[in-house]
Amino acid sequence: MTLLAWLLLATASIVLLALLMVAAGVFTWVERRVLGFLQERLGPNRVGPFGFLQWVADTVKLITKEDAAPAGADRAAYILAPAFAAIPMLTGFGVVAFGEGWAVADLDMGVVFVMGMLALTVYALVLGAWASRNRYAMLGGLRAAAQMLAYESFLGLSLMGVVLMAGSFRMSDIVAAQDGLWFILLQPLGAALFFTAGIAAAHRLPFDLQESENDIVAGFMTEYSGMSFALFFLGEYIAVMLVAALGTTLFLGGWYGPLLPGPIWFGLKVGLICLAFIWIRAALPRPRYDQLIGFAWKVALPLALLNLLVTGWIVVGRAG
Amino acid sequence: MSLDMMTGDVVQALRDRFGAGVVGAQPTGEAFPVLWLAPEIWVAAHRMLRDEIAQPFPLLADLWVIDETTRQGLEGQPASTLTLCSHLTSLARNADLRLKLATAGSAPSLVPVYANADWYEREAFDMFGMDFGRETRRILMPPTWDGHPLRKTHYARATERPPFVMTDAFFAAEERATPTDPAELGLPAIRDGEELMVLNFGPHHPSTHGVFRILLGLDGEEVVWAWPDIGYHHRGVEKMAERQTWHGFIPYTDRVDYLGGVMSELPYLMAVESLCGITVPPRAQMIRVMLCEFYRIMNHLLFYGTMAQDVGQMSPVFYMFTDREKGYDLIQTVTGARMHPAFFRIGGVAMDLPTGWETLVRDFLDWMPARLDDYERMVLNSRLFKARTVGVGAYDTATALNWGTTGPGLRATGCDWDLRKRRPYSGYEQFDFDVPTGTRGDCFDRTRVRADEMRESLKIIGQCLAHMPAGPVKADHPLTTPPPRKAMQRDIETLITHFLQMSWGTNVPRGEATGQVESHRGLSQYSLVSDGGAQSYRTRIRTPSFAHLQMLPTILPGMTVADLVAHVASLDFVMSDVDR
Repeated sequence: MTLLAWLLLATASIVLLALLMVAAGVFTWVERRVLGFLQERLGPNRVGPFGFLQWVADTVKLITKEDAAPAGADRAAYILAPAFAAIPMLTGFGVVAFGEGWAVADLDMGVVFVMGMLALTVYALVLGAWASRNRYAMLGGLRAAAQMLAYESFLGLSLMGVVLMAGSFRMSDIVAAQDGLWFILLQPLGAALFFTAGIAAAHRLPFDLQESENDIVAGFMTEYSGMSFALFFLGEYIAVMLVAALGTTLFLGGWYGPLLPGPIWFGLKVGLICLAFIWIRAALPRPRYDQLIGFAWKVALPLALLNLLVTGWIVVGRAG
Repeated sequence: MSLDMMTGDVVQALRDRFGAGVVGAQPTGEAFPVLWLAPEIWVAAHRMLRDEIAQPFPLLADLWVIDETTRQGLEGQPASTLTLCSHLTSLARNADLRLKLATAGSAPSLVPVYANADWYEREAFDMFGMDFGRETRRILMPPTWDGHPLRKTHYARATERPPFVMTDAFFAAEERATPTDPAELGLPAIRDGEELMVLNFGPHHPSTHGVFRILLGLDGEEVVWAWPDIGYHHRGVEKMAERQTWHGFIPYTDRVDYLGGVMSELPYLMAVESLCGITVPPRAQMIRVMLCEFYRIMNHLLFYGTMAQDVGQMSPVFYMFTDREKGYDLIQTVTGARMHPAFFRIGGVAMDLPTGWETLVRDFLDWMPARLDDYERMVLNSRLFKARTVGVGAYDTATALNWGTTGPGLRATGCDWDLRKRRPYSGYEQFDFDVPTGTRGDCFDRTRVRADEMRESLKIIGQCLAHMPAGPVKADHPLTTPPPRKAMQRDIETLITHFLQMSWGTNVPRGEATGQVESHRGLSQYSLVSDGGAQSYRTRIRTPSFAHLQMLPTILPGMTVADLVAHVASLDFVMSDVDR
């Protein structure tokens, strides 16, 4: 690769990182305003027009806050954990195709790579929980680990139908396969399972059992403050966007759409899924930990397998 | 008297069985017999009343002590330093019985008969040093406290002591004295070879609804044992009652259950009015009922929202705060305050309803039903909410009564015990309303019962609106406090009473009286002793929340931490109401 290509790639990466950080910030503001709107209240509306600069103020506050580790904490792990929460999520976006040819690294194993990155966050949660030496955190960390096993099993399987139909793990190939007909219409069950697992993968209510504030205070991040808390937070919001980006790519036809340019369509679809995530958060109660695990293993996993099986038959039947 | 007929045979049966063990009956203005028993038969008599008669007394409503050392006018009573009182209720008879025991500081324990005597006896030890020959751990006061605060010899004001200074040594001693080690409490640290994780749940936890601590032994997520620790919100309201005037204590009652507003004023004033012989005029009675029902709705809305929130549903509580805001706006227009209006007075209410109150009430009545329908769809019909609450924390009627549970927690088990229906007070007999009950006695039923109670309260408020009688809002009686202003300005007798009341306080006639209401949480009972002074001699406040928490150690084991939160939320207690 030439030096110029390297430079271009590095610039693209940095721009993407910056954009993601800003997007995550804006997302927090959007979420709070939308939740406010859904809950008959205003939400933050003081800083800047419509409160838009609230996320900037929050960022400044979090950066300048004391980042205190509790006595008895495993300091190295305690500092490392938040980084583990944010970095894999940011990395995952590297393979996302925002438009035709708009990807930092259009890997041939793109989907698998994103799945791997999503799965890595559990290390952050368990590590953070362990390092905090806090019993609430410990409960949260253990829940995170058990829950991860439960949803990862059907998250991966739910999107295999799409992969079978597209015949590729590459994000851009999958989008290209949806020119004309989106996979959500061909794979409705797969899509439903994927978004259910996606909520769990992004640790959002109703599947945010590892930080369920009503019973275990804040779960794995009970002891975190300041910037390391912010990194966990950032990781969570970027994870939501990553799941939305993956969902858009797999089921909503990626960058395809009339009139507007591809990346804009992609952004719109991602935004729409993110709004749905907020809506779900506002509406649903949280199941109990054993109920979620039971649902994942006893209902979702068999359904995902069934979906894969039927899709396989059809694909093979057509080819044959 | 009809209630005497209900208990006449019981008193006779006690006399037949124990003979001279029944020392005597105390004449009071109460609606139930008050009997003095000898110490030898104290436990046996309770056992007989609970287990060995037809239509028994399954509910130990309250157990408390009166320090008789400085009391005036004790003629005719057995000599006693500390008098132990128990208050029993029979649902089948719809009747009460009060038993008293003259002691010099020690009494036999009732725990083998009534399970919920446990905390009441610990409280009696804590407050009076009463010795029951059993565990002597303090329950409300800090473990390091010196003395027994409700004794007449104990100081009542901070100014009677040198200034308090928080030193490091004091802080450390307090911290050391707080029990956190299961071994110290006689609780296991190991189950089936697995070491349990001890989790200190509270006192500063988002879901304990106030400063309440539960020490938990966990095996994974499962609760193996639970040890509730209360007293963090204790303010000594019963002691304050002994140094305030009868009138001046009204605002304190608001804060006993800080979500109840005027609700706790009513039992207190019913007792005071019964001592004074005041009959409250109908308009004042109906204003009282209307406001009580408003506060019932205000409380249940908060309960409903936080219940949903505690199982992870974020939004309902915000919607319900919109409704509460509307309700409080109305309450504010009527009383001038929102949460703690101190609006009722001895003999009536502070002032008449403002012009145009009908419109406000009508608006609220139009607004609420559709909102309640929404909440039903959002919360009660939600499958996830059902999954979290159906079958969780279930108990039956007998267990509920054994632990002193009243109110929605009892009605959820299918028992339709509601004092507003069974013993109508303040004119409740005029209203047409139903008593919602459940069947399973679980978290879901407790939520459902309260949700339905709000509709009944709306019905009652609607009837208040339609039938509000005309007339005065204060009784024409010398002890009405303060007397009607117009009368005070016109005639000298009232002016004198007014002057005395304002400068010295109302002198309430000697005697004992009890006021009971069905509050939003259950049986709220004020038992007053007056020795003729301007202050109460003894004010006993029986709150439902205190009783409801006592069941926790028996019901929590086997639940997960998340279930525990749902169960605790469904009890709907307020720590100020527990600790007083």
